[in-house]
Amino acid sequence: MKGYTATLPSGEAIYYVDRKRWLWTLSVLYPLQPLLGIWLHSVTAVEAWLLLPIFMGYVVIPMADWILGEDKNNPPEEVILQLDRDRFYRVLTFLVVPLHFVALIGSAWWAGTQALSWWALLGLAVVAGITSGLGINTGHELGHKKGKLERTLAKIVLAVPVYGHFWIEHNRGHHRDVSTPDDPASARMGENIYKFALREIPGAFMRAWAIEKDRLERREKSVWHADNQILQSMSLSVVLQLGLLITFGWKMIPFLLVHNFFAWWQLTSANYVEHYGLLRLRDENGRFERCQPHHSWNSNHIYSNLVLFHLQRHSDHHAHPLRRYQSLRHFKELPTLPSGYFGVYLIAYVPWLWFRVMDHRLLALPHIDGDLSKINIDPDRSEAIYRKYGKTADAKT
Amino acid sequence: MSEYKCPECGYTYNEESGDAHEGYAPGTRFEALPDDFACPDCSVRFKEDFEKV
Repeated sequence: MKGYTATLPSGEAIYYVDRKRWLWTLSVLYPLQPLLGIWLHSVTAVEAWLLLPIFMGYVVIPMADWILGEDKNNPPEEVILQLDRDRFYRVLTFLVVPLHFVALIGSAWWAGTQALSWWALLGLAVVAGITSGLGINTGHELGHKKGKLERTLAKIVLAVPVYGHFWIEHNRGHHRDVSTPDDPASARMGENIYKFALREIPGAFMRAWAIEKDRLERREKSVWHADNQILQSMSLSVVLQLGLLITFGWKMIPFLLVHNFFAWWQLTSANYVEHYGLLRLRDENGRFERCQPHHSWNSNHIYSNLVLFHLQRHSDHHAHPLRRYQSLRHFKELPTLPSGYFGVYLIAYVPWLWFRVMDHRLLALPHIDGDLSKINIDPDRSEAIYRKYGKTADAKT
Repeated sequence: MSEYKCPECGYTYNEESGDAHEGYAPGTRFEALPDDFACPDCSVRFKEDFEKV
């Protein structure tokens, strides 16, 4: 296996091998799961096989995370440059782009050409949507890079989940405002995921549109100009989905509506768990402090990280957004999720359970230490939370 | 004409060339950029964080 040599500050020579190198191919293959379900349905005629990716995502992966546990290893800082320049890792993110199109078109083909029962059709649409939601993850990794090819591929892959605004919204909006009350994509303590979704989905789109409108106005162009990067990606979405509708007929209307919703819901779920309750404080000049690793919830669970291009090492990602997935680090005393994303999503979907699991975890963080003034709290729930946890902002000052 | 660099990601704003994609014409002074200017590449460093090269 390929290794990297470097010299430590002490003068000691090291040789580093990334043991996860080939395991990252799981992130490339994972979006093909709907096709596996379709193949099993075709050979057995058992429709339940179409739901296999749901079982894999929400039963097998949380169990794998539980069994395989966490990986807290970091590559030595001295090899990071070599690791970043190794094209192998980059090529994996390129390869997965067409596979997202294949997964959606293959699922639509099966839904449109087979006499499926209503629940199998619904299930396949949910599966396709969850899988396209992973396309947002691919677009996320690609879109954070400076290269034109990677940025273009990000916009292309975001056409699959119809989330063309994500590249601007996430990079220019969410990263700027993360873990502040201003951010529609940072969940507040006491805010359940369903209430969050109603704030996040429209709020994120409007923020992206405003950012792109400002940029185009500086270039003396209309927001409707062909240079609008949101419209470029969305145009591809329109071509793709209209093409599916024309090719496979009316069944594509409910199929694509459900698909689109569940693709978006994947991002909503990730955004909800990634910064729940965390708050960047204001400095003496009224500016929000710089984003630090403790402003994001982290997860080192090895299996779910391997299928998500290390997205769950979110603390380092937000502190250093251009760092490539293979180089993201673990730090001590980070806000830590109890499982990988797939497992914690299930908890998040049951609000009382989420609050029960996460609120104490949030209050116990070393930089918060029970101080509610250091938490991003839902204003509608603020009174109840202060009453419950017994510390008021006044008492703290 | 000067250059200003983002200390996080290395993005460099060159006053002479401006930044066509972002809509800053050649010759636009760094001081003339909006007060809420964030690094176009990483968005986690702001105008006051940039260092003169």
